[in-house]
Amino acid sequence: MTAAFQAEGLVKRYGKTVALDGVDLIGRPGTVLGVLGPNGAGKTTAVRILATLLRPDGGRATVGGFDVVKDPVKVRRLIGLTGQYASVDEDLTGLQNLELIAALLDYRGAEGRRRAVELLDQFDLTDAGGRPVKTYSGGMRRRLDLAASLVGRPDVIYLDEPTTGLDPAKRDDVWNMVRNLVTEGVSVLLTTQYLEEADALADEISVINHGRVIAHGTPAQLKHIVGGQTVVVRPLDPEHLPAVADILQGIAGVAAESPSRGVLTVPVDGDAALGHVVRQLESASIPVLELALRLPSLDEVFFSLTGRHELEEQAA
Amino acid sequence: MSTSTTSTRLSDPHAIPDRPEPRPFALVRHSLQLARRSLLKTMRTPEQLLDVTLQPMIFIAIFVYLLGGAIAGSTHDYLQFLLPAIMVQTIMMSSTVTGTNLNTDIKKGVFDRFRSLPIARSAPLIGSVLGDLIRFVVAITVTLGFGYLIGFRIGTDPLQLLAACLLVIVFGFCLSWVSVLIGMLVREPGAATGLGFLVMFPLTFGTNMMVPTDTLPGWLQAWVKINPATHAMEAARALMLGTPDASGPVLKTLLWSAVLLVVFAPLAVSAYRRRT
Repeated sequence: MTAAFQAEGLVKRYGKTVALDGVDLIGRPGTVLGVLGPNGAGKTTAVRILATLLRPDGGRATVGGFDVVKDPVKVRRLIGLTGQYASVDEDLTGLQNLELIAALLDYRGAEGRRRAVELLDQFDLTDAGGRPVKTYSGGMRRRLDLAASLVGRPDVIYLDEPTTGLDPAKRDDVWNMVRNLVTEGVSVLLTTQYLEEADALADEISVINHGRVIAHGTPAQLKHIVGGQTVVVRPLDPEHLPAVADILQGIAGVAAESPSRGVLTVPVDGDAALGHVVRQLESASIPVLELALRLPSLDEVFFSLTGRHELEEQAA
Repeated sequence: MSTSTTSTRLSDPHAIPDRPEPRPFALVRHSLQLARRSLLKTMRTPEQLLDVTLQPMIFIAIFVYLLGGAIAGSTHDYLQFLLPAIMVQTIMMSSTVTGTNLNTDIKKGVFDRFRSLPIARSAPLIGSVLGDLIRFVVAITVTLGFGYLIGFRIGTDPLQLLAACLLVIVFGFCLSWVSVLIGMLVREPGAATGLGFLVMFPLTFGTNMMVPTDTLPGWLQAWVKINPATHAMEAARALMLGTPDASGPVLKTLLWSAVLLVVFAPLAVSAYRRRT
């Protein structure tokens, strides 16, 4: 199947600064590709090239099979863009913003209004639709921005850090909207600095740092790259903590750690470890409140990936 | 919108029935839509119109009552001489606002949205310039209204007055592209305003707006005679007062307008394309 969007060896320089240094990205139709990286990693530059706003200095990018440099107009018919800074017009009302975009997308007057009203409703902005956007809260503005990028029912949506600066409840709203888009068959490119966000939304993740993709895979694959899983045990009675620690050390071969009061964790290799833990706890008659086998968090993945990358850079 | 579909859009383009088809005359329609946006913005922030309302009144009052007696011997005679030229000056100064507004839009990211839409690259620029024509209409109305109130009378007929107004608007429209170019080239909106005024000052004051050309030193006369603003002011005077003959200055103004448009509009659009 053809990719919804694809970047191959993208290079972009600003003077002596290399913003992108050979970036490959691929978004499969109907999925979310998370592009994860710190500030200045090159995420926004990559999005701007894929959105035809910026010409690459090297490499190529396609959307729906159309080259972003050679066929920009066809690409623009397929995409919706939600910028890092909400790019709606503050002086216009929410409705006027959406109607303008509808008109620019060749909707006829009444159809355009219908589409605008429909989107305001969908994004819970019906009551605010007649007010200038400068009176909106940050969350409302972000919702309107997302609505604005959906007017033309795009195949591919770029969400450039859609939740930066939003409080957790508003963030959940945006997450749900993204999930809804995917169920409608839209392909999404999501850039984020938040590992949690990529983990929650992305089918695949490309980790980007210093203008290069340093890892790619599903969230689970990325977690595996860093290796081991962790067994977490919280005994019902804290008196049992030393006994649990002995059991864990016996299985893992390393001393258990206590990241918070009453909890012990130990890194393990292999899938049989959890079974051993369960059986030994049972035979020792230690009741537990919490027992889990978890993958490393994406934070741990990211730090080990970027750390390794930086070491390679220094060695080179 | 169908929510039950699980097929992806790209593999089945027919899954989205109500996406509109591209229609003809796209550039005109899109530019007019974007002009409407500028208009809505202007109406939302009427304080932006101070430069085309209060400012011409203040200029007229200062020049007429402060200098009129000394220059023309009578404030009324001077008002007749000055007012058509002030109309041109107000519009020239006002044209700098377009560049400032465009620069602001680009900085705020509003234009990123437009640039990601399947519309002509020039449409947002044309839209802004067209939308700001309302500022010219306000400027002319205020200048004529205030002038009439303090005693200005046309020496021709309403039709020629209308021709003068239209000519001045055409001149302003073409001159606006200088301001658009400036707005594309500088980093900050403030710099666009500053640079715009810097360009417009020698153009507006280096004319026979305030005094007849033959009272000026030779080098200044040379500048005044080639300055397109002089021709626009002469044309406005001729059409509103009946003297001198209008055809020469009108033709020169139209020619200059065409030159300004042909040179600066493509430059502005190409600067906009380069700017990211």
